Amino acid sequence: MATAVAARPAGSFAARSDAHPHRRQAVGILVFLVLVCVAWEAVKWLAGDPWRVDNQLLGIPVRFEHHPPLDWRIASDLSLPHLWTILGAFGEISASTGQPLAIVLLESAVYTLRTAAIGFAVGVALGLALGIVFVHSRLLERALVPWVVASQTVPIIAIAPVVVIAFGASWQSVALIATYLTFFPVTVAMIRGLRAFDPRAGELMRSYAASTRHVLWKLRLPASVPYLFSALRIAAAGSIVGTIIGELPSGIPFGLGSKILAFNQYYTTSPARLWATILATVLAGLVFVGLVRLAEVVLTRGRYRSVEE
Amino acid sequence: MTTTDATMDPPAVRISGVSKTFGSGPGAVAALEAVDLSILPGELVSLIGPSGCGKSTLLRIVGDLTSASAGEVLVNGKPSERARLDRDYGMVFQAPVLMDWRTVARNVELPLEVMGFGRAERTERSRRLLSLVELQDFGGKYPWQLSGGMQQRAAIARALAFDPKLLLMDEPFGALDEMTRERMNLELMKIWSQTATTIIFVTHSIPEAVFLSSRVVVMSPRPGRIARVIEIDLPQPRAFETRELPRYFELVTEVREALRGRDGDLPAGPDDAGPARLRVEGLG
Repeated sequence: MATAVAARPAGSFAARSDAHPHRRQAVGILVFLVLVCVAWEAVKWLAGDPWRVDNQLLGIPVRFEHHPPLDWRIASDLSLPHLWTILGAFGEISASTGQPLAIVLLESAVYTLRTAAIGFAVGVALGLALGIVFVHSRLLERALVPWVVASQTVPIIAIAPVVVIAFGASWQSVALIATYLTFFPVTVAMIRGLRAFDPRAGELMRSYAASTRHVLWKLRLPASVPYLFSALRIAAAGSIVGTIIGELPSGIPFGLGSKILAFNQYYTTSPARLWATILATVLAGLVFVGLVRLAEVVLTRGRYRSVEE
Repeated sequence: MTTTDATMDPPAVRISGVSKTFGSGPGAVAALEAVDLSILPGELVSLIGPSGCGKSTLLRIVGDLTSASAGEVLVNGKPSERARLDRDYGMVFQAPVLMDWRTVARNVELPLEVMGFGRAERTERSRRLLSLVELQDFGGKYPWQLSGGMQQRAAIARALAFDPKLLLMDEPFGALDEMTRERMNLELMKIWSQTATTIIFVTHSIPEAVFLSSRVVVMSPRPGRIARVIEIDLPQPRAFETRELPRYFELVTEVREALRGRDGDLPAGPDDAGPARLRVEGLG
């Protein structure tokens, strides 16, 4: 048929628009990172503490002194350490383990990520289940959704010690706190996503006399996938925050939470170590969100239009 | 076709005294008023009329996608709800409504999966129907990789996959360009002659209605009712040359004059969906 020709440009167009945005996005992220670093050091240059270099570089003595014209507390070495001081902190040897901080933080991040992943999985399952229940029962939706929303107005920092005392100071309790932050975005997204199918597709299913189960599996769930993945990215980040907050009162000495607690206490003597831990936490979150994004791309490539929320 | 011997059979569709009112009180809109129509097995009946004449609403009532305010629809002697539960209906809308996440072949198989056909049977049927609509080489593609006309052909294959007794088509070619539309008309005639399905066909296009139909039902608006039923006595099978017959032009003129009928307003826009189109009943 003559119309068959139309399929080819459509395919090649999609392939082209697939390759470019990813490269552009990577460049955008890098440019932003560089801008943040430049801004950070610019503030230090303008209003930070005075500093000097008195060293040798390849045998040539380097001597340099800088006295910033302004003096802001926010730019002091205590509030805002130099980037090279923070990067240097990764190499500092920890007194307790004899390992560089980078290794300590990596091990802590893996431990925290593992707990977060379990909390995430449970939270996603719970969110999916609640979403499915709510779109099938207006009564339960009206009765319970306000409670689901209310659950998120309770500060998690207040709940965490209660959970740890009630269920014991174990990683399971910590994962439960991560679940608490994870299920909510998934529930909300599923309530929308499970209703986001084309109403005419619903009429088609009705004309097939499809059962509720068939409508769920063959229409509602597949149509909700773009909504689900948007929520999963939020939930992945949330599960890390939940895990760290859960680790604080648990006394578990392995995760990023324990490191944050420890370096908080030594902040006045070495602020860079806390900043290094913050950086490690952000990286752990990015890794998790990145994995979710990767799963999304692999599972939905070419089949779904993305939902921008 | 079967028009002569079909007169012996009971009607495939009997619509008696069907009315439909949207809303209530002073704001109520009468979409249909006391519509009577019988359709014989194997007939292709077009519903044509200006926006707001209730032709889509009538189709939706027959297909049990919405309920009549009064009156009765019998499909093969059964109430329309029973017929829907017995899977007597194939539906084709103006948009193809293919599932983005399924390949074309798997889209055709969707009703078969819902109706519990086995895997081998599903594959066999989707292959057969895709070649019927000349998409045999596109079963593995996703819908967005197909042109609009090809997507609509896939939708027709899907509607025919489970051998429905009655095919309900709501402006199926309304979104296509004129050339594609004429080709689709020819293809529909080919499919119709091969499957002998009863078809109710809603359209805005006079040439399309005359070309395809055994009978054209001309409807008038406010409230929607049947103005005239015109027998289309063009020879079967309909082919490319049918559109050049003098009788074809006479019938086109006859339908046009019937449409002008009372208040002389011709279709203003492509949409007479009415408030019911967005409602999905029974799915929450």
